[in-house]
Amino acid sequence: MSTPIAITRTRHANSPVVWVSFTLAALAAWIGAWMLLVPFTGRVMSILPVVPGSRLGEAAAFFAYEVPKVLLLLTLIVFGMGIVRSFFSVERTRALLAGKREGAGNVAAASLGIVTPFCSCSAVPLFIGFVSAGVPLGVTFSFLIAAPMVNEVALGLLFGLVGWQVAVTYLVFGLGVAIICGWVIGRLHLEGWLEDWVRNVRAGTVPIPLTRITVVDRIRAGVDALRDIVGRVWIWVIVGVASGAAIHGYVPTELLGSIMSKGNWWSVPAVVLLGIPMYSNAAGMIPVVEALLGKGAALGTVLAFMMAVTALSFPEWIILRKVMTVRLIAVFAGVVTCGILAVGFLFNALF
Amino acid sequence: MKDVKVLGSGCKRCVATAEMIESEAARLGLAVHVEKVTDYAAIAGYGIASTPGIVIDGKVVHAGGLPKAGDVARWLSA
Repeated sequence: MSTPIAITRTRHANSPVVWVSFTLAALAAWIGAWMLLVPFTGRVMSILPVVPGSRLGEAAAFFAYEVPKVLLLLTLIVFGMGIVRSFFSVERTRALLAGKREGAGNVAAASLGIVTPFCSCSAVPLFIGFVSAGVPLGVTFSFLIAAPMVNEVALGLLFGLVGWQVAVTYLVFGLGVAIICGWVIGRLHLEGWLEDWVRNVRAGTVPIPLTRITVVDRIRAGVDALRDIVGRVWIWVIVGVASGAAIHGYVPTELLGSIMSKGNWWSVPAVVLLGIPMYSNAAGMIPVVEALLGKGAALGTVLAFMMAVTALSFPEWIILRKVMTVRLIAVFAGVVTCGILAVGFLFNALF
Repeated sequence: MKDVKVLGSGCKRCVATAEMIESEAARLGLAVHVEKVTDYAAIAGYGIASTPGIVIDGKVVHAGGLPKAGDVARWLSA
């Protein structure tokens, strides 16, 4: 039964020329908005009844400047990554990893974790899908650690708000943690600690028909990502910037600077412990990171905090309980915690 | 009668996908039987690792993310 009417859409709705021109126009509008950001916020601040330079004034200024800035940056990054991700899929990543040996496989898995579309709600099907297709357990873990921690939102916002040096440092150390922790878990040979039924699942080898993806589809993927991710994440941004504003305005520099300084060895484990029950998206974390660094906190300590909040997530452990024993989750959490502690200590010692 | 299976753990997108299939089928006047598969082992058995997935008459046509309405119409009328 064929119904051509259902499939045919109006011609111009699928024209690449129209889509590309709209995208370029949107980009131009974005650049305009970015340039107007500072004068616009200055206007807003001059209307607000707060005394400039006071604690409240400092906090309000931080909030007023950072919310539109973070949201604008986020919009651009998410759109761009939506397009990049249309070149990748979980199934293709899995096929790339299935034949890989440990070592090289861990490196590939952690790197693919950055670009492969992943949402923690599908962590379980992903885990089973990887393991049952013959991806080694440690390689799967490298992917699971890297995907939420080192993602485009984190890197893009760090790049835009804190500077490229910090973004590159985070990328290198984040990938390092994912690669080494996954490799260690693989060496421990804990396949026996998976739930029994998981080991018996045999992945079907049904090839998914590759639909031809056009330029228009890729731009659409970017718009969809934009709507979906910014729609979910904006509230985290507001909360994150508000926390950053509170730190910026009210926490005395001497206090924070001394607690989170390099000399204070216990600050690293303290922030990691603090990060476990806290769960925030990377987009909400960056304004806090920015404010902490501004108050003189040591970079290693701040990086450890950010990694702990994004990579050590209690809700994800609960979800993973469906496929692995508590012992395996404990090993996973323990190894990742050690990795993050090592990053914090090492970084504070080296720089 | 087409047999359609929506693979997914019951996340928001999986529900939206099932609804989209039903509304597209109604629009096209096709008789379909939509079934949700939530068992993880069964989902993995189809060879997909990202949800929601769509299986029509035993064949995987889609994996990962909300499908486009136009594609759903194409799969249903194929």
